[in-house]
Amino acid sequence: MDLVVIGAGVVGAACAYYAAQAGLSVAVVDRGPVAGGTSGAGEGNLLVSDKEPGPELELARTSLRLWSDLAQVLPADIEFEAKGGLVVAEDGEQLSALREFAAAQARSGVTVEEVGPGGLHDREPHLAPGLAGGFHYPEDAQVQPARAAARLLECAGRAGARLFLGEEVTAVTTTPEGRVSGVRTARRRLLTGAVVNAAGTWAGRIAELAGSYLPVQPRRGFVLVTEPLPPLVRHKVYAAGYVADVASGDAGLQTSPVVEGTPAGPVLIGASRERVGFDRRISAEAVQRLAAAATGLFPVLAQVRVLRVYCGFRPYLPDHLPAIGPDPYVPGLFHACGHEGAGIGLAPATGLAIARQLTGAATDFDVGPFDPGRLAEPAGVSPRNGN
Amino acid sequence: MRHRAEPPAEAGPVRFAFDGRAVAARQGQSIAGALWDHGIVAWRTTRVGGRPRGAFCGMGVCFDCLVVVNGAPGQRACLVRVSEGDTVTSQEGHGRDGLGS
Ligand SMILES: Cc1cc2nc3c(=O)[nH]c(=O)nc-3n(C[C@H](O)[C@H](O)[C@H](O)COP(=O)(O)OP(=O)(O)OC[C@H]3O[C@@H](n4cnc5c(N)ncnc54)[C@H](O)[C@@H]3O)c2cc1C
Ligand code: FES
Repeated sequence: MDLVVIGAGVVGAACAYYAAQAGLSVAVVDRGPVAGGTSGAGEGNLLVSDKEPGPELELARTSLRLWSDLAQVLPADIEFEAKGGLVVAEDGEQLSALREFAAAQARSGVTVEEVGPGGLHDREPHLAPGLAGGFHYPEDAQVQPARAAARLLECAGRAGARLFLGEEVTAVTTTPEGRVSGVRTARRRLLTGAVVNAAGTWAGRIAELAGSYLPVQPRRGFVLVTEPLPPLVRHKVYAAGYVADVASGDAGLQTSPVVEGTPAGPVLIGASRERVGFDRRISAEAVQRLAAAATGLFPVLAQVRVLRVYCGFRPYLPDHLPAIGPDPYVPGLFHACGHEGAGIGLAPATGLAIARQLTGAATDFDVGPFDPGRLAEPAGVSPRNGN
Repeated sequence: MRHRAEPPAEAGPVRFAFDGRAVAARQGQSIAGALWDHGIVAWRTTRVGGRPRGAFCGMGVCFDCLVVVNGAPGQRACLVRVSEGDTVTSQEGHGRDGLGS
């Protein structure tokens, strides 16, 4: 086996897909089903609009191009939609902040267009009256993440990849020289010279199993799902405050409305952010704030019912950037994790970068800023040797 | 959902209309139960294939039994109790076409 990928979320699936396309023999192991982690507990927005100029924006743009290529080869049921994003401002102050943000993005090559208050309703007829204006990002898109993960793995399977579900990795083994030699589950041993840690929010544990360190933490988010509706919301629509929330390192509850329709009919309402560990209990406050904010943006939603609420745990790294590339301590261990609230969007570029690193090929985009080596272990904790 | 009315001392039949037809129910009966008593087992069509649907789980979980009650779509017929004079109509698809316009 050339490669064992731990994790069958979107990121692990993309790693397996591109590695298998590159001719590597691949096994994917997950303790649960495909997309049973955060990939099945979030939304599927593929955004450039919420990213400030910098390495993550560049990765997102590359990844978006890869998603539209994938949409040509994967079945249509991944529900890829190049629907565009609309960010709206409630007042003049928010609007000028957005304008500055958009101008910087435009200098980095993002397509963005200001929409005056009068133009908002041509694009989104159900938006509340009285908004100050907004910005339209035609490149923003959407996908159904769980299905996308499944279809990527199906394609990888046709190229020879093997999938082991319901098997938890309990050990990452190393040679006496400290190189990765394989992984162990209760059912089998898989021998390999390369392990990709795509265990999302649980990736810190995998690093630890291999004798390394990665400070991934859960950042909880709730999503409200309405009853199925006729098309009411055309774009991914969100309020100006969302961008600040995404970038914040605060552990307390933050909510700002993010509203999008789905091909199946329900409208999804996000997004809350808080760091409270792996606590699955529903927070009435988060749900209430999301519902109120969404009806503030789209008053028509006050008439419809929320059928259910779910939560997921974003894989959070302290500098909000993913870890993509070789582990600094354990040769043969690669990380592809820590994408926080953007892992669906960033999955293809991550997978392609990992496949290129494994085959020694060059990438035409820079993954240096995502080098896991930047996440040095805290003083006093020295990496243990693997077993 | 509506609050359940206190049943009167002498619980006589309750009358409601289903798709224009007069139907009698027992006090406190669910809409689904009353429709079943009259041999009506389907009162909604699916969004995609237009296929017939009625009560499935009977306990408010599956959302198969949706129906329009006094103009409000998306009511679960297995949970909503019949009230005197209710107008119940079959629901086509999501029943929310009015919102889209
Ligand atoms: C509410 C919410 C909304 C979001 N919205 C968006 C959005 O709109 N757009 C976007 O791009 N991103 C969004 N995200 C973030 C996105 O969902 C994540 O970044 C992404 O799913 C991470 O994918 P992953 O494959 O790394 O992790 P996961 O999908 O969590 O996959 C990791 C897998 O590893 C497995 N695993 C863990 N430990 C082991 C072990 N020891 N052995 C075997 N298997 C193991 C788990 O079972 C799991 O299946 C959102 C997240 C949340 C919570
Ligand atoms: S029959 Fe299942 S919700 Fe009514």
